[in-house]
Amino acid sequence: MANKYLHIPRLRRVYVWEMPVRFYHWLNALVIVVLIITGFYISNPLGLLSHNDASHQYTMGWFRYLHFAAAYIFFFNFLFRLYWGFVGNKFANWKQFIPTSKRFFKEMWAVFKIDILMLKKNGKEQDHLSIGHNAMAGFIYFLTFIAFLVQCLTGFGLYAGMSSWWLPKLFAWVPAMFGGDILTRQIHHWSMWFFILFAVIHVYLVFYHDYVEGRGEISSMGGGFKFIEEEMFEKNAHQTPNPQKVK
Amino acid sequence: MNNEIIPKQPTYYEEVERKGYSRRDFVKFVSLMTAFIGLEQSAIGQVAKALETKPRMPVIWLHFQECTCCSESFIRSSHPIVADILLDKISLDYTETLMAASGAQAEAALQNTMTKYKGQYILCVEGSVPLGADGVYCMIGGKTSLQILHEVAEGAAAIIAWGSCASNGCVQSAKPNPTRATPIHKIITNKPIIKVPGCPPIGEVMAGVIVHYLTFGVIPELDRIGRPKAFYNKRVHDTCYRRPFYDAGLFVESFDDENAKKGYCLYKMGCKGPTTYNACGVTKWNGGTSFPIQAGHPCIGCSEENFWDNGRLYERGSSFAGFGIEADADTLGKVALGVTLGAVAVHAVATNFGKSKTLHEHQAEGNESEHELES
Repeated sequence: MANKYLHIPRLRRVYVWEMPVRFYHWLNALVIVVLIITGFYISNPLGLLSHNDASHQYTMGWFRYLHFAAAYIFFFNFLFRLYWGFVGNKFANWKQFIPTSKRFFKEMWAVFKIDILMLKKNGKEQDHLSIGHNAMAGFIYFLTFIAFLVQCLTGFGLYAGMSSWWLPKLFAWVPAMFGGDILTRQIHHWSMWFFILFAVIHVYLVFYHDYVEGRGEISSMGGGFKFIEEEMFEKNAHQTPNPQKVK
Repeated sequence: MNNEIIPKQPTYYEEVERKGYSRRDFVKFVSLMTAFIGLEQSAIGQVAKALETKPRMPVIWLHFQECTCCSESFIRSSHPIVADILLDKISLDYTETLMAASGAQAEAALQNTMTKYKGQYILCVEGSVPLGADGVYCMIGGKTSLQILHEVAEGAAAIIAWGSCASNGCVQSAKPNPTRATPIHKIITNKPIIKVPGCPPIGEVMAGVIVHYLTFGVIPELDRIGRPKAFYNKRVHDTCYRRPFYDAGLFVESFDDENAKKGYCLYKMGCKGPTTYNACGVTKWNGGTSFPIQAGHPCIGCSEENFWDNGRLYERGSSFAGFGIEADADTLGKVALGVTLGAVAVHAVATNFGKSKTLHEHQAEGNESEHELES
C-alpha cells in the first residue's frame, strides 16, 4: 500500500519550536494583550458614574496594578527569550533575527518577492524557502525586540519614581534623558501602536503561510512541529534557518 | 546702597536682630526651613547655628529672559524673614530688579563683588540666555546676557538656576524658539548648577535651597536632572489630595460637571501631575494656602522641561506636530490600523490569484490522499 503514496511528497516532521519558545510566545501574547488593554484604560479611563465614595472602589488602581504586574512578566519573559536565543535550537538562535551576512539580506529580498510581490520564476510559483522563521520574519521580530526594549525602558523609567525596588530604579535615567516624564510617557504610548499593527500583520501572515505552504504553520506554535517536504528539507537543510556553514 | 564692601560681614542672625525680629521669630523661621529642606528635627540646631555664626553669603542675582515671577514668588515666601533677610541680604550685591543702584553704580557693585569674593559668591540666574543673533535679544549695560553670564559664572562657587527659564528654557524656548533661548546648564558646564524649575518655583523651595547651602556649605543632593531631591523627588500626583479619586477611577469629565463639584481627579482634564516633579502638593503656595489642583485646575507641568511643546495643556492625548493639523497619536494609530487591515485584505485576495497553482496542487494532493484512504 505504501507505494501508492509515492507520488505525493513525503513530509518530514521537524521539531521547530521547542517547549520554552512556545511557552514564551503564548505568555508574551497574553501579557501584551493585557498591557494594551490596561494601557489604553490608563491613558484614557472610562467615565465612571458612581455613588460610591472613593474609598469604596479602586478601579484605576486595579488597572494600573494589572499593567505593572503584566509588565514585570513581560520583562522577565523577554529576558528569558534573549537567553534562549543563545541556548535554544537553531530555529530559536539569535542569528535568526539579526542580519549578520549578505545571505540574510538576499533571503529577505527573496521572501519579499515570493510572499509580498508574489513574483513567479520562469512562469512557476516559487517555493517557500524556510523551515523556521524566514529571513524577513526574523528581521521583523528583531524590530519587535527593539520595540520590547523601548517599552521596557520607557515603562520602567516611568515606574522608577514610584518604586522602592532597585530593579525599576535602574531605569531612572530614561526619563532624565528625555527631559522628564511627559515625553517618556508619550513615547511609551506611541510605541504601543507598533504592537497593535504587528499583531494584525503577524496573525494574518500565520494564516497566510498555513494556507499557502500547508506545513502546519498555525499548529506549530502549539505542538512545536512543522511538516516539511522531503525534497525541500534536503535542499534547504543547510540553508535555512539562516546560514550555517556547509561542511 | 553703597559700592563699598564691608570688611566684616554681619551674620544672618545679626541682621535678623537689627531688623527687629525676636529670637522667637528667628527660631520659627529656622524650624520652618529645616522642615522644608527635608531635614529631621535634630537638624534645627545646626541650621540655627549656621545662620547665627556664618557671615552672609555674597550673592549675585542676574536677570535675563524672564518675567521676574521667580523673584515675586520668592518675596512672597510664607515667612517674612525670607523676604526681609534672605532676599534683602543675598541680593545686596547685585540684582537688577530690587537694588537701588542703577547704571554705572550698579555695574560697579557687580564688579566689586566679583573681584572681592572671587570663587566664593553664589550666582543666581533667573531667565534664559538668548544665543540667536549674537545675543542681542537680551542686553544689559551694553553687554549681551551671554557675555555677562560667562564673566560672572567664572568666579562663582555655585550657580542656582531659578525657575524654568534658567533650568530648561521655559516658554521663550518653545518651538520655533526665535531667540534661541538657552538654559544655563547648556552654557556653563564647569560649575555645580542647582536647577530649581517651576514657573515660578515655590518661594519656600527657593528659600530652602539657599538655607541648605548656607547651613552645610555644599549644594543639596540633586536628582539626575539636577534638581534638589528634597523638593523634586515626588510627583505632584503622589502628594495630591485628589489622588484617592484617581485610584478609584473617578474623574472630572468637564470643568462644569457634577464630578468637578465633587472634587474628583482632574486627570482627564489634562492634569500633568502624574508627570510633574514638584512640591506643590505638600508645600503649596502663598504660605500653604492652595495650589492649582486645589483650585480646581489641572496641573500644567510648569516645572517640567518642554511642558509647552509636549502636548496640550488640557488633554491627555499626545499630539504629533507636523501633520498639518496636529494629529493625535491614537487617531494616527487608528488610521495606520485601518491601512494595515486594508493591506492585509488586499494581500489575502491577491494570494488566491498569485498562489493559485500551489494552492490547487496542495488541494489535489490532499484530496487524493483522502480518496486513497477509502480504497
